[in-house]
Amino acid sequence: MSAAMVQVGALSARGVGVELDGATVLDDVTLDVLAGEVLVIVGPNGAGKSTLLSVLTGERRPTTGVIELDGRDLHSIPQKELARLRSVLTQENTVSFPFLVSEVVAMGRAPWAHTIEGRDDVHAVLDALDATDVRHLATRRYTSLSGGEKARVSLARVLAQHTPIVFLDEPTAALDLRHQEDVMRLGRRMADEGRAVVIVVHDLSLAAAYADRLAIIAGGRLEAVGAPAVVLTEERVERVYGLPVSLHLVNGRPVIVPER
Amino acid sequence: MKTPTTALGRRARGVVLAVVLAALLLAGIILSSMLGQLAIAPTEVIGSIVRALGIPNGWAPTDPVVESSLWAVRFPRVVMGLAVGAALAVGGAVMQAIFGNPLAEPGIVGVSSGAALGAAAGIVLGVSALGAGTIATFAFVGGLLATLLVYAVSRANGRTEVVTLILTGIAVNAFAGAGLAFLVFVADSGSREQIVFWQLGSLGGSRWAEVLVVGIVTVVGAVIAVLLGRQYDLLALGERNARHLGVNVEMLRVGSIIVVALLTGAAVAFVGIISFVGLVVPHVIRMIIGPAHRPLIIASAFGGGALMVFADLLARTVVTGADLPIGLLTSLVGGPFFFFLLFRQRRRSGGWA
Repeated sequence: MSAAMVQVGALSARGVGVELDGATVLDDVTLDVLAGEVLVIVGPNGAGKSTLLSVLTGERRPTTGVIELDGRDLHSIPQKELARLRSVLTQENTVSFPFLVSEVVAMGRAPWAHTIEGRDDVHAVLDALDATDVRHLATRRYTSLSGGEKARVSLARVLAQHTPIVFLDEPTAALDLRHQEDVMRLGRRMADEGRAVVIVVHDLSLAAAYADRLAIIAGGRLEAVGAPAVVLTEERVERVYGLPVSLHLVNGRPVIVPER
Repeated sequence: MKTPTTALGRRARGVVLAVVLAALLLAGIILSSMLGQLAIAPTEVIGSIVRALGIPNGWAPTDPVVESSLWAVRFPRVVMGLAVGAALAVGGAVMQAIFGNPLAEPGIVGVSSGAALGAAAGIVLGVSALGAGTIATFAFVGGLLATLLVYAVSRANGRTEVVTLILTGIAVNAFAGAGLAFLVFVADSGSREQIVFWQLGSLGGSRWAEVLVVGIVTVVGAVIAVLLGRQYDLLALGERNARHLGVNVEMLRVGSIIVVALLTGAAVAFVGIISFVGLVVPHVIRMIIGPAHRPLIIASAFGGGALMVFADLLARTVVTGADLPIGLLTSLVGGPFFFFLLFRQRRRSGGWA
């Protein structure tokens, strides 16, 4: 990764709520996303994780509350500039035409066109291809890849965008065990470089292993946020997910196993 | 034809394609100018053009009949062919980009028939008395309305599924067809003839004033499309991802729809409905040089022009003494090609997705 990058301190959600068709999907969430930190968001299906993410990325305007990036209203930032501040890996990553993998990853460089940083395009693309272990696919057509390969190439595109804030929405969903760990390690590494990394995952043990802070969303509310070992308790997981679990500590990190 | 799998391979093919297209264009222009009821030597064609550029030369025709048939009949027709072919091909490429679907085409989704309906309404209302551009304006408005309708009805999550697109096209074409039939019914015999001419499509009788209108619109539309090319690439990632990369998706879409309507409207206004050019040309070019939109749109413009000039040459020489409707020819070739694409896409994606 090259050195030059805009520095960002914190992205803050203050009392954020979202209503969709009269239903409250997100209610009074206050949450900080800090540089140098991996924030992992977990929660049951339909809890409001994706809505929270879309609010934090500036995609959706909250019904109540504000999102601020270092004191600036997120929605006052032009889209072009926003694209240089935060990148987003979405769950859905289909590409309409048979672009090559290298072309798809290079699209992540688009926000930097005509800027000084734009000179780093080739390096940024190659680094991203290496980091996600897809360099050998560079000359393949994206449309011919498997689900897991597509997910890693899309992640490479997001990395190439080279932003101080990175959002990853279920980046491990289609991946095998090793690549799941690789992706989370990559998130860790980006945070160590000083970026703010926000990851949504379903696997609580995976979340606990890599998160600096864990946010649990349930029923549209922020149930808890803090260090994984503090936030994850058997009682809370059982209540939020409606499933009896047992909690074990491995290397000081909680591992959650459902009672079977 | 196999899609090249390396960026370098695509670039090499791009160079070859550019050379081939340039040769085809040149050959098409000269052949079209030579052949016809009055045979003209290729040297006379070239000489006449060179002389018009202000350079006297020995090749230039001395017979005023040759000179006038070149400049009053053949050249306007050839240039009209180039412009219309380029307009339709670029319109097709842009449409495919904003629908995120390689099967979108002005003819198939009903934009052409919307434009034809607008033009026919203009003819019946007798607005052509207001000037050559008036019917073109009507065609543009008809095309724009049809594009907006298709756009509003057939998109879901920023993409358009093949089934929805085709079904929407059927509906729009049916409606426009009914409108056209009604106009034919109420029109006097002069207007009726003109309307029937629209539906067949022909480059015959092109005049410089018309060529100028189509040419300007085509050049402006194509330049805008090329400038937007990088954003179309990002749009292929889906609406959300494009937005995350800083693209103003709604602006891009609305602007592109206007460009498509302009290109299609201008093309259809003077020469009638010519289908499938917008489908076949970008498709073949994508197979050769890949889907990156800037080169795709540029090559489509030239490929569309070349295709149209040769199609027109065929249309007026295949039956001696008769001018076949060019729309008939393109549909004859484009129909089976479309069928092949549908078949291939269905097999590849395992459904109508």
